[in-house]
Parts: sequence; C-alpha cells; structure tokens
Amino acid sequence: MIRFKTWTARSIGRLSRASGRGGGTTLPGRVLLKLDGDAITKLGSRLSAGTTLISATNGKTTTASMLATILAAEGRHPVHNRAGSNMTWGVATALAEQKGDEGLFEVDEAWLPEVAERLQPKTILLGNLFRDQLDRYGETEALADAWAALAATLAGQTSFVLNADDPLVADIGNSSGPGTIYFGIDDESQALPELQHAHDAKLCRNCGHELTYDRAFVGHLGHYHCDSCGMERPRPDLSASSITLKGMSGLTASIDSSEGRAELELPLPGLYNLYNALGAIATATRLGVPVDRAVSALAGMKAVFGRVERITIGEVDLSILLIKNPAGANEVIRTLALEPAPIDLWIALNDRIADGRDVSWIWDADFEVLSERVGRITCTGTRASEMALRLKYAGWPVDRTAVIDSPEAALDQAIAGAEGQLFALPTYTALLDLRNLLAQRGDSGRYWAS
Amino acid sequence: MKLRLLSLYPDQMNIYADRGNILFLQHRCEWRGIDFEVTRCGPGEEFDPGEHDLLYMGGGQDRDQKAVARDLIETKQQSMREAKEAGAAILAVCGGYQLLGQSYELEGETIEGLGLVDLKTVREPGPRLIGPVAIEVDLLGHPRTLAGFENHGGRTRLGNCTPLGKVIHGFGNNGEDGFEGVKEDNLIGTYLHGPLLPKNAWLADYLIATGLEHHHGERPLLEPLDDRLEDAAHRAALTAASRG
Repeated sequence: MIRFKTWTARSIGRLSRASGRGGGTTLPGRVLLKLDGDAITKLGSRLSAGTTLISATNGKTTTASMLATILAAEGRHPVHNRAGSNMTWGVATALAEQKGDEGLFEVDEAWLPEVAERLQPKTILLGNLFRDQLDRYGETEALADAWAALAATLAGQTSFVLNADDPLVADIGNSSGPGTIYFGIDDESQALPELQHAHDAKLCRNCGHELTYDRAFVGHLGHYHCDSCGMERPRPDLSASSITLKGMSGLTASIDSSEGRAELELPLPGLYNLYNALGAIATATRLGVPVDRAVSALAGMKAVFGRVERITIGEVDLSILLIKNPAGANEVIRTLALEPAPIDLWIALNDRIADGRDVSWIWDADFEVLSERVGRITCTGTRASEMALRLKYAGWPVDRTAVIDSPEAALDQAIAGAEGQLFALPTYTALLDLRNLLAQRGDSGRYWAS
Repeated sequence: MKLRLLSLYPDQMNIYADRGNILFLQHRCEWRGIDFEVTRCGPGEEFDPGEHDLLYMGGGQDRDQKAVARDLIETKQQSMREAKEAGAAILAVCGGYQLLGQSYELEGETIEGLGLVDLKTVREPGPRLIGPVAIEVDLLGHPRTLAGFENHGGRTRLGNCTPLGKVIHGFGNNGEDGFEGVKEDNLIGTYLHGPLLPKNAWLADYLIATGLEHHHGERPLLEPLDDRLEDAAHRAALTAASRG
C-alpha cells in the first residue's frame, strides 16, 4: 500500500510543479501523510545506510547543503529535503520523491523530536539556538530542554555532533552519551568587541549562575565558563583557527582535528558560515569521510538560494541575504560592513506565519553599525513602514529611504537607483516571493529541486 | 529639561527587543533638545526613587523572570513603591507587568510579586495567548488606539484597580473579560510586549511628558516631530491586529 500512496503523492507534486503554482516541495508530503500517518517511519526504514538530521535556529539549509556537497564528492547522493522545507511534510516529500539508501534532512527546531522519533537517525547535528519567532517556538531555553530530552532517549543509538561554542547546544552532550563530538572556533582575533544586545544564553544550564564569556564570535557563540559550578565549554574535536574573512567572497581557515590540519577555502562569507562548515565537516567524519576530503569538497560549494545568492539583473549585481532573527541579521550586517560604501539595499519585512508574525525582533538587530555606509534604501513587505522606522531610529538617512508596499515595484526602483551592486535582505516569505518574482522575469532558475 | 530613565534589569528582561522602547524615547527626546539620561539597574542593585522620572521593565524568559522576582522584592520593593507614589512614570510590559502584581504562577509554583498594584497572574488550562493585538485607551481625555503583539501563558486578573484599555482585537489580560493592562497613578502595565512605543509614538510622548512633569513640576507641551513613518507603522500594526 505504501507504494501506491507514495506514487499518488509524487504525481501530485509533478502536477503542482507543471501547473506552475509552485509549492511542489510540501504538497506531496502533505498528501502522503494524510494517506498514511506512518509514511515517514515506513519510507525512512528503507534508508539502510542511515539517516542524518540537522537542526539549528540559523544555518540549517546551508549546513545540509554543505554536507550534501561533501557526500556528492564521495559519490553519495542521499535522499535530501534540499529545498529547505523542513517540517514533517517536507521530509515526507523528499522520501516520496527521491530514491537512495541514505537520508539527509534539515529539520525545524520544534519538529526535531517528532521527526527523530520516526526516522531513528544514526547522526544528529545541532548547530545553534538563538531567539527566533518566539510566537511560534517559545523560549530558547524551552527548546534546549526539549532537545536534551530527545538526546537522552536516543543516547547509545544516535551519535550527536554539537557546537561547543553554544552553551545551549553543548549542554546537550550531558544527555547524549558517549560518541558525541564537538566543533568550535579557536581564533581569538575573531572575537566580537562586546556581547551583542540580543543575547540568548546568559545563565549556566547546569546551575543557573550567570555565565562568564571570555569571548564571543557570533551572537552568544563563543568561549564561556561558569564561575559557580565550574562548567566549561567542551574541547572541540574539530576546530577552526587562523581565520581570514574576505567580505562577500568568502573566508579561509585552518581546520584542526585528530586527523591533523587541513586548509579550508570557503566561498561563503562570515563566521556564521564557518560554523555551518565546521558542523558539516564534523558530521561528515561521523559518516566516514576523512576531514581533508570534506574540506576540499567545500571549496566547490555553491550558495543556496537566498543564502548569499548572487544574480545579475541588467547592469546590477543583486546579492540576496536572508534575514529572519537578530543573530542572523547581525551576521548579515557584519558581512555588509566589509563592503565598499555606499551600500544600496532592498529590505523586505513580512509578518506572515512562516516569518513569525511578531516583528519586534528588528529592534534587537544592530542596524546602527551601517548607518554611515548605506546609500539608497528601499523597504517593502507587509511591515515595510516598521522596517523603515527601525532604520530611522538606527540613524539611517530618512531622505534616502523609500517605503513601497509592492515588492516588485520596490525591486524595480531599487535596481534603477543602485550603483552597480544591490543587496536584498528579505525575511523568509519575502524571499519566496522574490524567488518567484525573479523566476517569472527569467532572472533566475527555479530553485526547488525535483 | 531632562528626562531620567531607569532601565530595570536590561540584561534579564529584554526578550522581545525591549531596548527598542528605550532607543525610541531617547531619539524623541534628543530631537527636541531634551536631555536624556539612562541608568541601568540590575540584580542586587538598589536605586534612589527621587533620581528617576520614568521606570521601564520589559519581559524575560521564565528562568530569568523568576530570579528577577526574588531580586525585586529583596532590593527594590520600597523604592518602586516610593517612585509610584511620587508620580514617576512607570511602564512595565509582558513579564515586567506580571511582576508588578501580588503574585504570579509559573510551572505550578506561585511566585510573590512586587504588590505595586492589586492584580494576580494565574495559569489556567488553554493555550498561550499569542498574536497581534489592538486596544482602545483613554489617557489624554479622548480615546486612542495602541497596537502591538502579545505572547503570554499567564492570565491576569485585576482586583481593585483599573485596566489600561479595552481589547479591540486580540486577547488582553486573560482572553475573557475584554480588558487589557493596568493603569494606576502614572503606572502602566501591559501585555503589548517588546518595542510597543515605536508602534505607538503618542504613548512614547505621553510618557516623556509625564516624566518631565514629574521632574520639573510642570507638564510641558512637546514640540511636534515629523511622524509620518511612525504613523504608518502604527497603521500597519493595527491592520495586522485586525487580520487576527
């Protein structure tokens, strides 16, 4: 029976894509789960070589794509929800539509326990927890509790790969048992001058005392310890040092592990992408790939749509950088600060369910950093005016800021006014709108994978 | 003129970007030539109620909020009472609002509040009350709207005190009686969380005027600012609330 149901779901996906209505990345899975609530368990049990799950607030899609790139270089092509649809129906869609004996899925933070229970993964990579869509996910501490409970139930059968630099994630190592490995950054020169405002891990998970940070690299990710109970950041099994950031064009770093040192050349910018790369490489070692081969494979890494994708429209180079929460936005801001001024921007703030309906978070992101460097700014989306207001109070020039409700009209105006280079900063649903808009105009290919 | 703001627990009670409110007040004072002073007051620290005109407390994660509840009683209860009685403006949102009352319930435990106003926050079966919200309030002698976002598990029941306003869209204090927040003397408590002032510039100016009156003894007429973006953001927040 599951074969017939899977066939039905696949056919619906093909029809949906052929009709040009989009949404082919979730509909088959929704149909399949309606036909058979156990479809994920049944289809997942066919993945005889094992399944890897990846979760984090920021970087899920990019990290999964990095791991897929590493595995592809080894001739391995896992079943993978590469379009970034990461709740049960996205996982079910990938299972219905792709063949393979290995699974690689990015999973929404809140859905991770349910998906893990059904797929019984061999490996789970946990990248970070930042405040994000509090209306949907609740507090970061509550998510960390749920992840720790999951780790306790899977201990012994699932290997965990954890970010040593995130105290909320590293703490899960106390529940996940032996076989857990850690990754982190060991380069003091990359530390932030001070902890950022949107700071999500202030208290020791062990004893509740305030944590002491020796340095932070991205948001609250860094080197920390507890003066009260002696809890410390775990020593990473895989770490990065000698880091050189090269603006939008990427970065280089030395990667150390028990296998020695390898030199990473990553064509994606920012320390946040270095964390994604470290997570992918560490996980690859769990999947039998030597570190040096994983590191070389990443040199050929391409951007995932909307995660630092670059497109040429006429005379203008358009770079798209997703923003969706303070920590992620701050990293985008930090990367943009390395670009030559004036920086022209198209910023799209939506308040749909997938964006988080609460737009409060924009007041936690440090837009002030760019106030002296911005050129023309075009704000659009369902909450364009609040975005423009935020920028006004960050000291950005009001006389060079336009609020245009229609994303398409806003894009046209932004392109017309841009000096060679335009940065688009959309929230999640605004990114989907932009993707469709560019596809309709023939400016980019269709990105969802079939 | 000078407005002296006391930011209570800025490192603990900031979960929904509460610093947006302080940034907003700061710029609106500075653009009018009003000196603006921020004093941060964290755990274990006391403050002199005579030195501050506007007190702000935001929302926090459960664990932070519990620690703050204890600290408020240990180090700040008397000063908070004196500031309120002397007519200082107080704005407490979300978790900060809950802590002003007699008590609030968290994970089956009843935690003692500041007891500054006669209200209690309890847990009842049912989901968290989450969504965009709009209320009608009368602080200026005529009705005005406040728009924002609420996200709270607790249900707040008022005793002998008056609500801030009536719910137009959303849940308010408990999702049942149609009222939102509390208003007593110059104290305002509300579930409209995080950066509610940027969406409601008139309330920011009301607080600035009230704080200045407390400091200088006379309510000033504030110079109008170019509020086209502020008004548009208010309308967009109202629209979001009306969509539900």
